[in-house]
Amino acid sequence: MSSTLDHLMTGFGVALTPMNLMLGAIGSFLGTIVGMLPGLGPINGVAILMPLAFALNLPPESALILLVAVYLGCEYGGRISSILLNVPGDAAAIMTAVDGYPMARKGLGGVALSISAWSSFVGSMIAIAGLVVAAPLLAQWALAFGPAEYFALMVFAFACLTGLMGDQPVKAALAAVLGLSLATVGIDANSGVYRFTFDSVHLSDGIQFVAVVIGLFSVSEILLMLEQVAAGNGMITQTGRNMFNLNEMRQTWWGTVRSSVVGFFVGVLPGAGATIASAMTYSMEKRLTDTEGTFGKGDIRGVAAPEAANNASAAGSFVPMLTLGVPGSGTTAVMVGALSLYNITPGPALFEQRPELVWGLIASMFIGNFMLLAMNIPMIRVFTRILSVPNWALVPGILAVSTVGVYAIHATTFDLVLMTVLGVVGYGLRKLHMPMAPLILGFVLGELIEQNLRRALSITNGDWGILWQSGISVAFWVGTSLMLTLPFVARMVIARRRQAQAGALPPAATESVAPQP
Amino acid sequence: MADRILGLVGLILAAGMAWLARGYEAPISYEPVGPAAFPLVLALLMALLCGWMVVRPVAASQASAEPEVPGSALKVLALVAAMLVYAALFQWLGFVLATTLMALPVGMVFGGTWRQSLLGGVALGVSQFLLFDRVFDVTLPAGLLSFLG
Repeated sequence: MSSTLDHLMTGFGVALTPMNLMLGAIGSFLGTIVGMLPGLGPINGVAILMPLAFALNLPPESALILLVAVYLGCEYGGRISSILLNVPGDAAAIMTAVDGYPMARKGLGGVALSISAWSSFVGSMIAIAGLVVAAPLLAQWALAFGPAEYFALMVFAFACLTGLMGDQPVKAALAAVLGLSLATVGIDANSGVYRFTFDSVHLSDGIQFVAVVIGLFSVSEILLMLEQVAAGNGMITQTGRNMFNLNEMRQTWWGTVRSSVVGFFVGVLPGAGATIASAMTYSMEKRLTDTEGTFGKGDIRGVAAPEAANNASAAGSFVPMLTLGVPGSGTTAVMVGALSLYNITPGPALFEQRPELVWGLIASMFIGNFMLLAMNIPMIRVFTRILSVPNWALVPGILAVSTVGVYAIHATTFDLVLMTVLGVVGYGLRKLHMPMAPLILGFVLGELIEQNLRRALSITNGDWGILWQSGISVAFWVGTSLMLTLPFVARMVIARRRQAQAGALPPAATESVAPQP
Repeated sequence: MADRILGLVGLILAAGMAWLARGYEAPISYEPVGPAAFPLVLALLMALLCGWMVVRPVAASQASAEPEVPGSALKVLALVAAMLVYAALFQWLGFVLATTLMALPVGMVFGGTWRQSLLGGVALGVSQFLLFDRVFDVTLPAGLLSFLG
């Protein structure tokens, strides 16, 4: 425990240098804006800023501090448009709109904004504390992992992501396979064989990670923004009292704490991100505390709980990324890719080799949270004003900054065209409801998963038995099969129940129920 | 229907992958699993998943009932064209001119007037060039305007 404190002190030493403090503040500010803008979420913000951080020659810990601040900022920012516009700024803020917007219509917008900022803060803080406690232990344990255990772990991560992605597991799995396939392009590290390069020099190093990320999460996002039907609600400008009072804080306190803890654990689980965490805790709070049926009509507890959860899960998703090197969400997958630009592979060894990086990041999360609280309560007006910047000015800016980021890495036209083509492909896939998070996870983990598989099989000279020799890998395989089968079983049970219900209805009613899938 | 097409395209992709990967062999092999195995496994997985998408009953796939925004197909095409031109001419025209050229159609697609979009593009191009190239030392192409130094 005392060594953890020592490390944390080192971390604060890193995070409190003037440059890193400034980067944290810039990241928090930009993150809040990106999170607030409907359509753009943390993954877009991190994707767009990642190549810029690299191009600015920031040292890896500073780049990471910037990106982490953006990520946390996005989780704060999403609530602003949820509450004032009834349009969630990012997917994780959907639940915040359910009670936040009705609150704003009642003239309590300021209270909704401040209480959600407060619960975001509490959620993050609880989760960061959890990260500080859990991460070193998990890293210690993971040091014993061999290639076979790593392989099983990564398969488990994919299973979580596809199993929990909800309605379209086949498409999620296909996205993961597509990502893994994209990762095989380029020279094979073990044998020097060129794979899928079509004799192109540009592809011999593999497909540029930055081009993929910007294509999928910036270019395709812009194309999707085009189709968003402008929300006809209009912004609520009369926000009334700015600060919540003691009574309101007391009312939401335990719900916030509960949701933070749940959010943290959901975040730790690979695959289940902030969106699931906020939806889960909202319905949990509704079941636990909603005795008068006020949830959905502007109940302050319904605003606080999901906001605490999505911030907690964002911080929690750093646990698997830092300790195992296996990102728990699309956004942390992009961060792993950012580190790979610096030739750093996150994982348990990182805690010993680069403590300043790991602990600097954790310390910066603490500091960033205070900055975000300061920005999101007293300075909230600055952000609501930015919300009224029209799209015709905003979108060319996003596109230009994205292009600068891709261009800065290699300065080739090829990467720019590749980015655009990937963006169009990504747009098509997303129109077909293909989730992008498994794809990016596949792309990031592709090389690792292949290398670990081959290394494991080299140990036994080709005997596949090594993959399930240790208890740890067996546990991961069991988890994998559970993750892959449970959603199907659950769906069958629901379908059966629905059928039973339909059977109980009069014949005329069943007809109208039946066509629904 | 769209899902079936996606499945078919995926099947072709998987077949192509398998065809290319089948010949990958290490000149000197010192490990039991060579460079071909992993891509082949991926091709197989892709074929299985896509095959399922082709044959599964239509009711199981989401019938696309999303309301299409009128005229959005044309706008998407215009946007894609503007982005491709931007990417292709970025280096030759230089950042300022290329960005202006991109911002004009993109801004208009997103509801700006041509005057707003053009002025916005010029402002964007000049300000970002100064910010990145001059302040942050991220080299951007000056292109046709390089005589301005």
